[in-house]
Amino acid sequence: MHRISPLAHFTIWLALAAAAICPAQAQDLRNGGKLLLTNGVSTIEGSGGGGLATWSTIAGNATEEGIGASAHGTVIELPDYNWTSYGISVGFFDRVELSYARQNLDTIDIGAALGLGRGYTLNQDVFGAKVRLAGDAVYGDSLMPQIAIGVQHKRSSDDAVVAAVGGASPHGTDFYISATKLFLSHSILANATVRFTKANQNGLLGFGSATDNDHKPQFEGSIAYQFSRRFVVGGEYRTKPDNLAIAREDDWFDLFAAYALTRNVTVTAAYVDLGSIATADNQRGAFLSLQAAF
Amino acid sequence: MFSLIIALALSAAQDIAAAPEAEADPAAAEAAPVPKEPERDPVTGELPVDPYEMSNANAGAGSFSGTGMRDAFHGQDGIRRIVNDMVDRSVADPRISEIFVAHDLVRLRRTLFEQFCYILNAGCDYSGRDMANSHKDLGLQVDDLNVLVEHLQAAMAAETISFAAQNRFLSKLAPMKRDVVTR
Repeated sequence: MHRISPLAHFTIWLALAAAAICPAQAQDLRNGGKLLLTNGVSTIEGSGGGGLATWSTIAGNATEEGIGASAHGTVIELPDYNWTSYGISVGFFDRVELSYARQNLDTIDIGAALGLGRGYTLNQDVFGAKVRLAGDAVYGDSLMPQIAIGVQHKRSSDDAVVAAVGGASPHGTDFYISATKLFLSHSILANATVRFTKANQNGLLGFGSATDNDHKPQFEGSIAYQFSRRFVVGGEYRTKPDNLAIAREDDWFDLFAAYALTRNVTVTAAYVDLGSIATADNQRGAFLSLQAAF
Repeated sequence: MFSLIIALALSAAQDIAAAPEAEADPAAAEAAPVPKEPERDPVTGELPVDPYEMSNANAGAGSFSGTGMRDAFHGQDGIRRIVNDMVDRSVADPRISEIFVAHDLVRLRRTLFEQFCYILNAGCDYSGRDMANSHKDLGLQVDDLNVLVEHLQAAMAAETISFAAQNRFLSKLAPMKRDVVTR
């Protein structure tokens, strides 16, 4: 596995999943049938959701009648860092989602301060899988949410940095359960996710530490108001572990607006507060993400 | 919403499908009595349907209380415009138009209007079939339902219904999916 490139890894992943899922579907595929915006957007980890928080929605525009996909790119401008991430995800029959994302954190001057060199960039690959277990985010019982479980396997490319900051491992796997519902009677979308993780700064600083190396439950919440079929405004909160002795880690928070330019293209802009990252406090800035979905 | 459509249409479709088999054998047709085409009611313009028990419970959702939603939808006139616009958009949409081919659109427009009017508490009773019976033979998929919902949204937007009121109304229709989508 270590010798295989991330994309090859993902392709194998996809092929296996497709082989497992497709024979059950004898009917003709119908793609692109979801209602506008009900596929959500892409998180920084590549899964379908909000911007920072993962939801139970399945990526892509296909319903249970088809196969959909999305691709996204995200930039976050912070006082001391620049974040870029991009990825693709595929949704099978509104049931299973497979995703891949690449995260890059440019440390700019902090890299020099930490002895890594100015502009040193931390990189990570995130492989995700999600299964919708029950419920429907839009239809059905008005109080029954869409519920999904998922896994994200993360592989930092910076083993030496992870070891230097005290991370126990450059690889880690998160598990989560998520519930999402659009409460039509109030035009409000709400999401709650519990993630079991030991990631340090999402995994960019590795996983766990010598003293703290257990998966712990963390919470991701989103709430949004739907102003129109195309326009949603909301906020998110995400708690995180604080495993490393050398630097404090804070919870994340954002206020976002998402607009569906077309049936296929959604732009999301947000104000994000990522707290303290590797000794640099008050990392608040602008988040911009573009998603194409089919 | 969808369900009504279908229910109405269904009953009409059954009658139409049963009727014209006479052409197959002209000789036999002469000897045997020719099955009659169902005739539209001279007053309502609707095709006959098999009898069923009428009840507002068939509407698949209860009424809103108060007059807020009735007013938000511009009363019965507004509801009628929305229903007609939604049906017009749907029958013209190649993605779902086939569903309506054998349907009695006169009855469909009436029963849909009654259902919307009843749910919006705008002073109507619903006289159509229930959602499960009206959709059971249509073989609808989620994609069909979503297309219909988008036409309803477009019709409500054309009637300048506020988005919050649109969603409030849709919240009454959303649970009907389980009776409407059958495959």
